[in-house]
Amino acid sequence: MTSPSLGFRETMLLGLAGLASFIGLWSFLSVSGIVPAQFLPGPLDVASRFFDLLTAPFAGATLPAHLASSFQRYAYGVLLAAAIGVPLGLLMGFFRLLDDIVTPLFDGLRFIAPIAWVPFAALWFGTGIGGPIMIIFAGAFPPCLINAYRGARFVEPRLIEAARMLGTPSTRMILEVLLPAAVPSIIAGLRVSAGLGWQSLVGAELIVAAAGVGFMMVQAQGSVQTPTVMAGMIAIGLVGMLIDVLLRQGEGWLRRRRGLES
Amino acid sequence: MAPVASRKTLIGGMTVIGLVMLWFGLTTLTGLVTSARFPSPAEFWLSLKQINGRGYAGSTLVSHAFHSLKLVLMGFAVAVLTGVPLGLWMGWSRRVEAFVNPVFLIIRPIPPLAWIPLAILWLGLGDAAKILVIWFSAFVPSVINAFTGVRNIDKPILEAARMLGTPRWRMVREVILPASLPMIFTGLRLSLQASWTTLVAAELVGALVGVGFVLNMAQQDIYPGMILVGMVTVGILGWVTTLLLARVERRALAWNVAARD
Repeated sequence: MTSPSLGFRETMLLGLAGLASFIGLWSFLSVSGIVPAQFLPGPLDVASRFFDLLTAPFAGATLPAHLASSFQRYAYGVLLAAAIGVPLGLLMGFFRLLDDIVTPLFDGLRFIAPIAWVPFAALWFGTGIGGPIMIIFAGAFPPCLINAYRGARFVEPRLIEAARMLGTPSTRMILEVLLPAAVPSIIAGLRVSAGLGWQSLVGAELIVAAAGVGFMMVQAQGSVQTPTVMAGMIAIGLVGMLIDVLLRQGEGWLRRRRGLES
Repeated sequence: MAPVASRKTLIGGMTVIGLVMLWFGLTTLTGLVTSARFPSPAEFWLSLKQINGRGYAGSTLVSHAFHSLKLVLMGFAVAVLTGVPLGLWMGWSRRVEAFVNPVFLIIRPIPPLAWIPLAILWLGLGDAAKILVIWFSAFVPSVINAFTGVRNIDKPILEAARMLGTPRWRMVREVILPASLPMIFTGLRLSLQASWTTLVAAELVGALVGVGFVLNMAQQDIYPGMILVGMVTVGILGWVTTLLLARVERRALAWNVAARD
């Protein structure tokens, strides 16, 4: 009960006013020359640069081509994280001994920022595709593991007892009891992973890569082409948003299908 | 509960000992992992001695670590001091929320790390660029959680305070702020984590001093021992600052029954 809810019209008007003042301030700073246009191009310059980049190559490729190569690495990294993290999490939720062994290691590694793996990633897997994949993996792995683990660990005990009483072997127990029960939690984890992976990808490409949006931005930064840098930021934001929207849709679809509508 | 805890500690301790033995076995004893890939314990020790004695990448480990810590704390402080009030204000007033939200929705999908090239263009390779980027990354969790904190306050509490004619300033200081404090601290934890990630990334992209710069130099020199020293330092710094924040949280929330266990 803070201030009462606003009507639709007022919300829209205020929102538009907010956007207008944001874009207005941005334009004013760059047009008036308070900030040199070289360092802060106006919104229109950035937009036109963005559309130029769709067809004109920069740093070896057009923006869609850079995005495609970024996305390829990203997909590999996130899929790898899910393929290892989810099963390991489920196993840890089931076998107490594995839990006790992995948890201290995991807690120790947790405080190292994923991006700090860059030097070893470059040393072990090179800077082409392997290194960035490892860094995306480092960013996307923890939520996959933690959520699968929590999902499996907090399954209704009665279900496990019932299955055990019926003499269910461990493999079937994991695949047919723990996995289905943990699905909502796993999906939520995957969504967090997808976001963190995208963020790590940007970091990886800024530091080690020879293609991709991050690489394009570093090249543009080196030659002081601010509009290109900002166009890259917009592209990264758009793709990140798209990934999140798609996963949200998938999550909603899955919940409805399982009758878990919340 | 006691036997379970000690079993956990025992297995955890054995795991760590086993891991150290595995490290020693794979590198020094058998040479299965060559020192070009991962340093042996002896090499790690030598790198540690080198950076503490003669120094590496321009100075000693302590001054690199201190510099990084200083930047994180400054960026984090700026983000918290701007983000939490904005979040509280947005939570309090629907008008402010409606005004700020669209801009926020546009800027938020851009990952903080994507601001690094722009920050370097604007401010160069020095400290200011790093603080700017940390501010961007730590700002968002601070705002969102402070906002959620205000919106989740029990209505009767606010109504009671309002009915008693509590003036605006006291309302903020004695009702809204304390009631949303648990959520605010959740945001601060996320902000702190984001600050470290961003700082390390920013220092890897371009810096002249700091832990990320040590990592960067070690990568270029292909010096696995020093890479490991850098990573361990990043981990320890992240761990210590998280512990400190948790202590502050316990202090600040000492009155809160729900947060006590």
